[in-house]
Amino acid sequence: MELSDTPAQDSCVIRLEGVHKYYHLGDFQVHALRGISLQVHKGEFVAVMGASGSGKSTLMNIIGCLDKPSRGSYFLDGTDVSKLEKAELARVRNRKLGFVFQQFNLLSRTSALENVELPTIYAGISPQEREERARAALERVGLADREHHYPSQLSGGQQQRVAIARALVNRPAILLADEPTGNLDSRTSVEIMDIFQQLNEEQAITIVIVTHEHDIAQYAKRALEFRDGKVRHDYVIEDRLVAREVLPTLPTLEDEDAEDESAAGGEASSESSAGREME
Amino acid sequence: MDFWNTLRLALRALARNKLRSSLTMLGIIIGVGAVIAVVSIGQGADAMIQEGIQNMGTNVVYISAGSGRPGGLRMGFGAVKTLTMDDLNAITREIPLIKEAAPGVMTRAQVVYQNQNWNTSVMGTTANYFPIRKWVVTAGTVFSDEEVEAAANVCVIGTTVSRYLFSDTEDPIGKQIRIKNIPFRVIGILESKGQSVMGSDQDDQIFAPYSTVQRKLAGITWLQIIMASATTADASVAAMQPISALLRERHRIRTGDDDDFFVRTQSELAETAAQTQWVMTLLLGSVACVSLIVGGIGIMNIMLVSVTERTREIGVRMAVGATESDVQLQFLVEALTLSMMGGLVGIFVGVALSAMISNLLAWPTLISTQAILMAAIFSVGVGVFFGFYPARKAAQLDPIEALRYE
Repeated sequence: MELSDTPAQDSCVIRLEGVHKYYHLGDFQVHALRGISLQVHKGEFVAVMGASGSGKSTLMNIIGCLDKPSRGSYFLDGTDVSKLEKAELARVRNRKLGFVFQQFNLLSRTSALENVELPTIYAGISPQEREERARAALERVGLADREHHYPSQLSGGQQQRVAIARALVNRPAILLADEPTGNLDSRTSVEIMDIFQQLNEEQAITIVIVTHEHDIAQYAKRALEFRDGKVRHDYVIEDRLVAREVLPTLPTLEDEDAEDESAAGGEASSESSAGREME
Repeated sequence: MDFWNTLRLALRALARNKLRSSLTMLGIIIGVGAVIAVVSIGQGADAMIQEGIQNMGTNVVYISAGSGRPGGLRMGFGAVKTLTMDDLNAITREIPLIKEAAPGVMTRAQVVYQNQNWNTSVMGTTANYFPIRKWVVTAGTVFSDEEVEAAANVCVIGTTVSRYLFSDTEDPIGKQIRIKNIPFRVIGILESKGQSVMGSDQDDQIFAPYSTVQRKLAGITWLQIIMASATTADASVAAMQPISALLRERHRIRTGDDDDFFVRTQSELAETAAQTQWVMTLLLGSVACVSLIVGGIGIMNIMLVSVTERTREIGVRMAVGATESDVQLQFLVEALTLSMMGGLVGIFVGVALSAMISNLLAWPTLISTQAILMAAIFSVGVGVFFGFYPARKAAQLDPIEALRYE
């Protein structure tokens, strides 16, 4: 299977053509996506919005190669991935996609560095390079000094940054984030959006985030509004917010330093307890 | 994902739940330990019996006087009077497979030395009986052919007899003892052989020239037994048929009539004993194997729990690029690690257990590499067999569902 060597005719990283998705729930059929055609170009920053049940999660699963369309085609970086086998999809997820989840989904009792290394293990990268890449990715999200901390010793924002580093470590074409700020307070949310914006601006990484918060969507460049399995609005965000400019206007939490200290001391902050960990 | 990563991952996952992992391994440890201990006891017993049989002599063929039917009346074993010294000579002369042979005339007698007395069995034979039956003289000598010829009153005694008749400080050699009131001179003492395979004390015997026993003690002219020594173990079996034929001819037994003698070989005895022992070992071993299977079920149980607990981890691994086979291998290696570590510890436990049994209970044990190898292979097999289903279950999780799992 060739993934990267087929050059895209255009700068399209995601191209959906008439994608439908049905689910069978007992006797009746759920039509989750009703003919989605959509293009996302390299370097875009798309916010997918919509109420729950609107089909946005289904779309994310398909874009993330975790699910296949029932009908229609999906070209990822020029390759038709709607016809691939499970093992091939796993490879695509490994090489081309980076996932960030609402619940961080870090492996507990596993250091930040090792969490970040996880995708490189499945990519068959040598141990030395794995460590180098993981360090670089952690540094990229500003957590170089926390590489040996366990998730339980990190605040929610820090955990999410580790998750972003994990998503970046295999240098994917697309970063997919499903409600990445859903479990974070407003200031930390903006900090996370700041990282996304930097990655998008400086490294031209294509980012797709799912969110139901309008003020979070304002940090993206383009918005897709979903309703009933269809794209109802597809528009460029005009009064776009820049996280770096917003951050100084936000009140600094008085106890932020204290919280950092206690988090480093092994105490899970109230924030991090919102993110569930895995055993 | 390469093997070392998988193994490292498995070890770390197991280390996270140390108590649980060790309890799970305990099943395999007990199973493997039990198999090894039981088999080593069985093999030890077998080795002891085989050694006992080997001690009975070298490639011995026993020809004993049987139950003839003079006039339709059936007599007991050893009752017929047809087995003679001439038969013995004919066998050594005419059957080349037989190297040599010694006669046997047995009787029980009261023996007396000064104020001590003892009832024991007296065996009349010739000098070559001792090498055939692997008897060694520790003091003095055995009787010579001339003494047999002359029916001399000399005897060689076993250690039990010596102990009952003589005090510790006394040297029995050259002393006069009375057997059935007839004076005999003790000329040799035999090395102790201990119990026979049948459990009788082999040292509780006196040996004298067969001629002396026939004429002076038993008052008979025939033999009760002939112990022939074949050239090889195979030859001892091969010689059975010609010996029978020769004796039937010499005893003028008509075709269709029963033999008036029995022919048995040492290898026959050894085989029967080995077979009995093997059945016992197999029986006990299979009981021990059941506990190994129970241990395997324990592994399966824990692996299933582990898969359920780590559903989200599996989801994350799949999302970042683990294939089904990566996940399957991860859980299979975990199960295998449990069973193999259990197997390894079990081998040590089994070896220690059999050492303890042989020390405390004074049972002979023999740890065979075969049993260890078998136990090792079995524990790997258990790991693969019982780890496969949970691993399969993990690999077939839907990543979307797994990521959402609460």
